[in-house]
Amino acid sequence: MVAIADSVPKPAARFRFILERRGVLGSIMVAPAVLYVLLLVGVPFLMAVYYSLSAYTIYDPSWSFVGLANFEDVVEDPAFRQTLYNTFIFTFGSQILGLVLGKFGALVLLRPFPGRKFVRALVILPWAVPIALATVAWQWMFDSLYSVINWTLIALGVVTRSDAPNWLGTPYLAMLSVIVVNAWRFFPFAIVIFLAGITAVPQDVLDAATVDGAGFWRRNYLIIMPMILPIVAVGLVFGIVFTFTDLSIVFLMTMGGPVGATSVLGFAGFQTGIVSGDVSHGAAISLFMLPVLLIVVVAMLRFIRRREI
Amino acid sequence: MRRSSLVGVLQETSFYGAVAFFFVLAAFPFYWMLITSFKTNADLYNVNVTPFWFHDPPTLEHFRYLFDKTLFATWLLNSLIIGVCVTAITLVTALPAAYSLARMTGRNGEALGIGIFLTYLVPPTLLFLPLSRVIVDLGLQNSLWSLVVVYPTFTIPFCTWLLMGFFKALPVEIEEAAIVDGCSLFGAFVKMAIPLSLPGILTVVIFTFTLTLQEFVYALTFISAADQKPITLGVATDLVRGDVFFWGEIMAGALIASVPVAIAYNLFLDRFIGGITGGAVK
Repeated sequence: MVAIADSVPKPAARFRFILERRGVLGSIMVAPAVLYVLLLVGVPFLMAVYYSLSAYTIYDPSWSFVGLANFEDVVEDPAFRQTLYNTFIFTFGSQILGLVLGKFGALVLLRPFPGRKFVRALVILPWAVPIALATVAWQWMFDSLYSVINWTLIALGVVTRSDAPNWLGTPYLAMLSVIVVNAWRFFPFAIVIFLAGITAVPQDVLDAATVDGAGFWRRNYLIIMPMILPIVAVGLVFGIVFTFTDLSIVFLMTMGGPVGATSVLGFAGFQTGIVSGDVSHGAAISLFMLPVLLIVVVAMLRFIRRREI
Repeated sequence: MRRSSLVGVLQETSFYGAVAFFFVLAAFPFYWMLITSFKTNADLYNVNVTPFWFHDPPTLEHFRYLFDKTLFATWLLNSLIIGVCVTAITLVTALPAAYSLARMTGRNGEALGIGIFLTYLVPPTLLFLPLSRVIVDLGLQNSLWSLVVVYPTFTIPFCTWLLMGFFKALPVEIEEAAIVDGCSLFGAFVKMAIPLSLPGILTVVIFTFTLTLQEFVYALTFISAADQKPITLGVATDLVRGDVFFWGEIMAGALIASVPVAIAYNLFLDRFIGGITGGAVK
């Protein structure tokens, strides 16, 4: 750059002068990131919306506009209604389970005990390790013949070998299994969020409450919980968004089965749009995620704004 | 602490019971991975003995098979290539963007920063249909380079947000002093802000890398050629032959891919949490 400036002084000097204006340099510096995101998130997002309004399949790339016909087809399909219902059960079941585990885990890890650092490091693992790999491990633990969970239940005398549960082959148990795996994956995140929130509550506030006669539970629910609500809300937004749109757990563990009992929106969109090549209907299915995402994002924006005040 | 010793003992017992519960809940699936990957097949598929320990001597046969007879080494290399390229793209775009949003664009920068971060929440399962079309148009279908192009769509927003936090935490006086001493605005960024935020940059490098390792949906959508798969996808989908799951090999592969991510997370966790919650509690 210096060499160019030396050989062609005049335009370069003007160029440099412009670069010294904060607004201009700032815009230039932020441009690549904004462009990347616009081109590969913004434009594809609009394409997804258009796909859902077209008759586009990989066999007939005609892009002809069909209005809301795809959405009508999709909504009339009982399998899709099942999928929508499953997605809510999957999301809220695993988030509630994950939050409860997270809250109690945080309370446990808050108290010093020998080996706390080690336990804390281990407890992070389910969230850190790539979910596809952990899911495969769970699939092996739920195996119809060699399930270690069933082995333990049989050894404890809870069930006999002949009526041991077929975890991934029975509708309700399959849903329970994917919920448990997803809650298992998120509870360390919830623990970390709760811990970050609780340790940020000033000690003098807690001391004042103790002096005023607040016991453990009242300190917990009347002081700590309201104070850490914003941080927990941010964590919950992440949890809901990533669970509501998840594909990998269901894809690897149950393939949506048995007979659609664990099919969720992300999985159904993938099966229709990618595997079957019916892009327009796949896009319509995926777009049903949007209302929930919007609600969650608006909630998050409100919390971010509150943070700034 | 004046309480009757019986209550004390009960409280201690239930506390350590809770510790044990969380310990087992978190660690058991990984213990199960570990022990499965070292067991002989005969031991693995014998339901009449306690499965929690070895009955035949531990074996390396699954690991040997993984490296000799499968594409495991290729998948490792693919993941490494993807991770390095995506990290480079992310740093080159997110560093200046974050600095600009933190220092130069004022109130609009804050809004734009939040806007960029929100794109992190647009899910792959909404974008994979149009993006697979984009990938075909770019001629990258069935190639690991498709992931190099697509992964920055979530690493850039995420890392810009993290780095914004780090830059805001730097004292602005240092850069101002450099500018007063004749440094250009951009020079102050390169010579002052970047060296001072190296810990933040390191965090971003680690997390970009782990995010690329954790991703599954885009890899599944764009890549079906076995030799182009990243490790997560390869282990999860390609070690099943016919209808038969080779659990020893699958668990060995999952173990190898999990260990580095687990270590990285534990080392950088606090910075990560500080980054995403962005000081929601003050």
